[in-house]
Parts: sequence; structure tokens; C-alpha cells
Amino acid sequence: MSTETGIIVPEAASPQRIESPEAKAQRISTSSLVTIVGAILLWMAFTVDGSGTIALSDAFDEVQLPSIEIPGTLTVAICALLTLAAGIALFTGRLPRWGRTVAGLVAGAAVLFGFLAWVAASSTLPFTLTSQLNLTLAYATPLFFGVLGGVLAERAGVVNIAIEGMFLTSAFTASLTFSLTQSFIAGLFAAALAGVLMAGVLAFFTLRFLVDHVIIGVVINVLATGLTGFIYQQLVAKDMATFSNVRPMLPVAVPGLDQIPFIGPILFNQRPLTYIAFFSIILVWFLIFRTRWGLRVRSVGEQPHAADTVGINVISTKTSAVLLGGVFAGLGGAYFTIGSVGAFQDNNPTAGNGFIALAAVIMGRWHPVLGALTALFFGFLRALAQTTKPMQLPIPSDFIEMLPYLATIIAVAGLVGRVRAPAADGAHFVKSH
Amino acid sequence: MSITEVGQQPTLSLRGITKRFGPLTANDDITVDIVPGRIHCLLGENGAGKSTLMNILFGLLEADEGEIRLGETSLKLTNPKQAMAAGIGMVHQHFMLIPVFTVAENMVLGHEPTRAGMLDLQSARRKVRELSARYKLDVDPDALVEDLPVGIQQRVEILKALANDATYLIFDEPTAVLTPQEIDELMLVMQSLRDEGRAIVFITHKLREVRAVADDITVIRRGKVVGQAEPGTSEGELATMMVGRSVSLKVGKTAADPGSERLVIDHLTVASESGAVAVDDLSLTVRGGEIVCIAGVQGNGQTELAEALLGTMTPVSGTVNLDGADITNARPARSIKAGLGYVPEDRHRDGFIGEFSIAENLVLDNLDGFTKFGSLQLKAIAENAIARIEEFDIRATSHTQSVNSLSGGNQQKVVLARELSRPLALLLASQPTRGVDVGAIEFLHKRIVGERDRGTAVLIISTELEEVESLADRIAVMYRGRIVGIVPPDTSRDVLGLMMAGVPHEDALATMKEATHE
Repeated sequence: MSTETGIIVPEAASPQRIESPEAKAQRISTSSLVTIVGAILLWMAFTVDGSGTIALSDAFDEVQLPSIEIPGTLTVAICALLTLAAGIALFTGRLPRWGRTVAGLVAGAAVLFGFLAWVAASSTLPFTLTSQLNLTLAYATPLFFGVLGGVLAERAGVVNIAIEGMFLTSAFTASLTFSLTQSFIAGLFAAALAGVLMAGVLAFFTLRFLVDHVIIGVVINVLATGLTGFIYQQLVAKDMATFSNVRPMLPVAVPGLDQIPFIGPILFNQRPLTYIAFFSIILVWFLIFRTRWGLRVRSVGEQPHAADTVGINVISTKTSAVLLGGVFAGLGGAYFTIGSVGAFQDNNPTAGNGFIALAAVIMGRWHPVLGALTALFFGFLRALAQTTKPMQLPIPSDFIEMLPYLATIIAVAGLVGRVRAPAADGAHFVKSH
Repeated sequence: MSITEVGQQPTLSLRGITKRFGPLTANDDITVDIVPGRIHCLLGENGAGKSTLMNILFGLLEADEGEIRLGETSLKLTNPKQAMAAGIGMVHQHFMLIPVFTVAENMVLGHEPTRAGMLDLQSARRKVRELSARYKLDVDPDALVEDLPVGIQQRVEILKALANDATYLIFDEPTAVLTPQEIDELMLVMQSLRDEGRAIVFITHKLREVRAVADDITVIRRGKVVGQAEPGTSEGELATMMVGRSVSLKVGKTAADPGSERLVIDHLTVASESGAVAVDDLSLTVRGGEIVCIAGVQGNGQTELAEALLGTMTPVSGTVNLDGADITNARPARSIKAGLGYVPEDRHRDGFIGEFSIAENLVLDNLDGFTKFGSLQLKAIAENAIARIEEFDIRATSHTQSVNSLSGGNQQKVVLARELSRPLALLLASQPTRGVDVGAIEFLHKRIVGERDRGTAVLIISTELEEVESLADRIAVMYRGRIVGIVPPDTSRDVLGLMMAGVPHEDALATMKEATHE
């Protein structure tokens, strides 16, 4: 294997690239979709006349910024043309890799901004950007935690569709604990513990008894619904004054920074869990990519047998990652009760957020930061449907709620492309012979 | 502690090792001594229990009986960490590398250097450079393992073992994925490691390699040590010890009598799943009554070529004709109707359904023929199975036995029996004898030659040069998706080896001529 024999073996150059028939079909369908959306946006440009107003501060802000007037038809039409151009560029298949990313970004941004401009121009009311962004963070905060729970488990090779169940259990636990102790610290601690317990169920059955990861995930979700409902009816509902006495966390301003115009009220006047979420994203990124533990977690999620042969304890490494994921999922659950609204109500308070977080994990390619950005995007879209509701737009509000998700599909198809999960995600580890 | 700093290391000995998996005794009272400064070959067929023994030595499996001694001390090895601490290193047959990690990350995994709680990849890289300079095994510490050719991946595996300064190095079937030249170089590496005072355990079933480097030879058959052999023992004698009876290493076959062109591949290009060019503008013709072997190192587009011919992959451009019918974009059902018989490379995944019985597997491709009014004709299926089991000498207790319970050789006989039960225009077989015992290889080769003599065009894809040499009427060497050249079967191994590394035939001949003149 040294070159002592004097024989020259050709260098391993990076192989030539070619488009397979499957890749071609994907390119054509994606680019057609982008082009069609661009065409629709172009038509929408001519349904508005006059200009739209985008407000950069709301009535309560200390620093009042002037609102921006934009010409409706012109702005929407420019965005539509950009989208069309991106769609056609993608269709040609001549773009290099970075070019496809740029085209995807341009199309995604143009569709979003064009739609916002159209919304503003279609209504006599201004579109308040600050409240939109505030709401975005409010919706995204639990998703951040869910993403971290999912990323940690799946990087270690355990499929985690139980985020929803972890959310629900810890939302309930946080509410109950706070009611009894009147302490936020105790509430958060109990929520994290509940998340760890549910994660422990996932780890125990998948790693010890080799139960299919998806099945045990479904079981945990159903169990969480049943368990919280049962205890709520049997205990909480009988003495609301004792067991459902919750004062939610209020936004905390960071002194000084919250005075920055526009950014200040959005970023630095948030609920404590939002700050914790930002910190946690960085922490998890660091743990996964910069520490010995993280390297081992990634190795057991990719090739557990290879990890085994270098003396890594595969099962305990996987377990530690799943349990740590439970801590974050638990904090995310607490957001649904003590973190934002108050006491636990027995009416599905987590509302499928665990599954949205899971989608963000996958679209974020199992990367904590990309996953968090995807979560932020989902939060933005949900906020958009809320912000535009009172603006009396000329199209049904159901349609508006759908439109942003269309942008999601396009952005994902263009930006993400083929995603690759950890190689041994969902696989059982058994020592072989 | 480096091996060069201390004197003679103690002998590592396995004493009376027994390991059972259910009713199967994989290792039966095996005793082997591994002496530093010597290359010890463990010779045995696939499934003889060599890998099980080494997995026990490396702490991946625990023996039911017996003990492992290092000099005078008894070792208890329950995990690889303990084995590594005892100075044992292993180069695995299926590389134990994380494809998405860099070389440096793979190298330090399990004993990572850290600085202030952070992974210290800088010192990992330095370690890779030091080791690769010291052993003249050149690798780039920052390359992703999945981007490296298999030969280089093996270097990483070797360096990984050396990073621990292993005194006892196990090489488990290391040559399976290498070109002849790479094998020669690996032999040099093993010899230089031996000369440093390390003990090398070399597991193989290739007789030629044993004769080239072994200082000690232990032959294992069906989990038992059948004897020791001197390094000078002839290949024939070694084969007899290994198999338990005398075997013919050559296939008796007459000269080919090629008829008309049956398979015509014209400028075929196929993209791999990741979008790389796997088959690159490849043209090849196979006539009736001849065996064409595609030789080459694994991963040079053979898999994609086979899948494109069958129809499980769609070519990007080019055409495939079988007996004048265009099957370029045909799905497998139509290719099979056109007369294609297919023996897949990975029989467990693509060759049969393991839980199904032998009888069911034998009719999977021809269910229409065994169905009446939508109902399976169980009696006809059973009769067919009994006839095939007889004809192909499939060693099974009953035709209702599941294919999973058969040995590798008998599983492959089931696959071949099914494919040969139809009149074929083309028999396409990938790695037809991989993981098959020597006795079955003989039989399978005979049947393949028999099919040729019936006038069928036969295309064999094989990475085993022995197989290529004994079967082929023409050898097409494939490298990076192209046919480097088509040569007669008596071409020397050295020339084939150079061609397998991408050197054109004339240049390879010239290089070898120069080498002999020197």
C-alpha cells in the first residue's frame, strides 16, 4: 500500500457528476411548481392597486418608527418576476450546486415578501411587522426545544416521534408542580424531569427490548394523552384552586438592549424560556460537534458496530443522548403552560407542535442550528396566518393559511434537496458474530 | 510504549476456545499461538469460524469455553477496549469506519484527545500525519472516509490499529477488495510490521496469499483446527486440508464456440444514486456460447451496470439489446421475459426471500406458470422443487425448509437453479461464488459453463481474479465505469492488476516488460 513497488496508481479524483433520471424528474417537478407559484403571484400583483403600509413598531413601543409605504402592484410584480426567473433557471438544469441554493433562496424570499406586500396593499390596515416577528418567536420557542430533543435522539440513531408526548407530559407536570410550589424553577425542573422520564421509556424499549422506534413513539404519544387526561380529571379538575393555580412567566426585558429600535422589543423583551432556547441551541450544537461525547453520539448513530469495535459503549451513549433530548423536550413542554399561557387545560394544549418540531428536525438535516432556523420559519408562517386574520383580505383566510405552507414546500425542495438521515437511525444495535 | 522500545513481547495464545450459536458450534476447542515477529495465517473456507475466533480475541464476542493467555497471564476480554489495552488491534473485513467522518475523526474515535473539554482535532490530525509518515501509508487526515477508494479506506483501518500501537494485529480477509498490486503492497506492509516485532494474524481463504507471506499456517475447517502446515506446503495440499477432500481448482471446460451476438450494450451511461457517473459510455458485446467476465475492483460501476441491464436502474443514455430486442428502459419483468437470467451480487438482499421455502423461492420469477385461475398450484410447485433440489444437489432436508436455514453455497444453488430453469438468452451473474464454500464453487462453475455450452451468452461480474481466470473466455476489465480493455483469459495477473487500476492494456504490457528487464 506504500508506493515502494513503483507502480503509479491513478489518483482518486472526485468523480464526474451526471443527472440520473430520478433526479431529472425531481428537478422538473420542483421548477414547474416554483414557476406556477410565480405566475400566480404575478396575477395577484394586478388584483391590488394603491400602496401598502408596513408598520415597524406597534402602539406600545417606546421608540416609534415611521411606517413604510410600498407601491403594491410594482413590489408584488417584481417579486413574481424573481420567482419566475428562479423557476426557469432551475428548470434548465444548468445551475451549479450553489446556483440552485441561490435560486431556491431567491424564490422562497420573493414568494414570502411578495405575499407580505400583497397583504399590505390589499388592506387599508397596516401590516405590523413587529407583532408578526414577536408572534414568530412565541410560536417558535417550543419548536426550538422540540428540535433539540429530536436532533439529540436521532443523531444517536433513535427515531424520536415521541416529542409530542414529551411536550404534553411535561406541560402538565410543569403546571401541576407550579400550582403546588408557586416556583418557576421547580416547575421547569419538574418539566425537564418528566421529559427525561418519557425519553427514558423511549430509550428503554428501543435499546433494551429492541421495540420498533416508531411504534414505541406512537405508544408514548398515546400514553401521554391518556395519562395527563386521567390525572387531570381525577385530581386537577376536582380542586382547581390547588392544582390549577398558575401565573405564567412574563416577558423579561434585557436592560439597555431592549431600547434598540425595532430589534430591541423583538429580541430583548422575551419570555425567559425563549432566552433559554437560544442558549440551548448553541449548547447542543457545541455538544454535538465540538465535544468527545458528541463525536461518539454521532458515531453510534451512523455505524454502531464501528463504534463498538473502538470500545465505545453503544447502548449507554445512545441512552445519554436520548435522555438529554428529553430534558429539552421537557422544557419545550413547560412553555405550553407556565412558560406562556398559564394552567394546563385538558384540550390538547400542545396541538401537534411535537410533530412540527420533528418536521423541522428532518428539514434541518438533523442539525441543531438548521433545525432551529426551520422551526423559526414554521413559527413565522403560523404567525402570518394570525397577523393577517384581522386585515380583511379579499381571499378566504383558509387560503392564506395554506399559502405559506406552499412556500415551505418550495423552500424545502430547493434548499434542502435530498436529505440524508444518520445511517443507523431507527436501526437496532445487537452485537454480531 | 512503542514496540521498538521494548524487547520481545510475550506470545498471545488462544487455548481451547469454544463458541456456540444455538445448535451451531462455530469454534470447537480451538488452540492457536500468536507469536510476535511472525505472520500467522488462519486458513479456512467461508463459514469455517475464522472470523468468530478473531471476534472473540478482539473482545467483540465472548467464548463459551477456553481461555486467552498473554504470556503467563490470563486475559479476560469482554469488550474491544480491553483487547486494545492488551495490545490487540484488528483490521476488519467490513471496515469499521464511519463514512461521514473524516480520517482524523475516525482515527481518534474511542480515545479522543480533548483540550478544555473540547475535541482536539488539531492534535488528531497531527497524529494521523505522524503515523502515515512513519509507516509510509499516505492519507489525508481531512478527507471524508466515504470519498476515499476502498484501498485507502483500508489504510485508515490499518493506521487506526497502529495508532494504538497494537502488538498483535489481526487482518480479517484484508485482500478481498484490493487489486493484485494493492495486495502485493499490503503484503509488504505486513512483512515490515512483522519485522518490527509485531505479531500478524492473517485470515484468508486464498491459498496464493498464504504461500506468499505465512510463517505459520493453521487450517480451520467447520470450527475445528484440522492441522498446521509448513509455509512451503503446495496449494493443492492446503486446499485439501481446507476442504477435507481433494478439489480441482480448475474448471474443466472446452474452448468456447461463440455464435451470433446476443447481448449488445451500446454507449451505455448510468448515474449512481448520488449522481456520480457510475457507468461511463460503456459498449460491450457478448456472443452466444461464450463467457465474458468483467473484472475489476469493487465500486467501479459493476453494480450499476448489472442493475441497468436488469432494469432496476434506468440508464441516462445508450442502448441495451438482447437478441435484437431493445431492453434499454425495460423493467425487470420484461428483461426476464426477453431471456435474462440474473444472479445478483447480494443474494440475501436481491436473490431470494429468506423466510420463504426453497420451493417458493424456486418459482418466484415464474408465478404465472404455477398459477391456475389465480390460485397457486402447490403440488406443481413442490414437484418442481423436488426435481431442482435433485438436479442442483441442493443440500436440504426438505423443499419446505426456509432458504435462510441453508448454507451460503446451497442458497446460491437455489438462485442459480431458479434462473437456469428457463430458456435463457443471457445469464448475468454478479459475484456468483462470493461467500460460497469450495465444493459448491466447483459445482456452480460447472453449471455456468454448461449453460454456455447450450449457446447462452454468459456475462460474469467478479472481483475474484481466480474466478475470472477459470471461467472467462474473454476478460473485460472495468475501471471507473469504463472498459479499460478486453483481453484473453491467459493474460498475466500483473497486467490485469494494472488494468484494474486504469492502465490501458498496451501500457500495462510495456510496464511489465520494463519491470522484468530491470
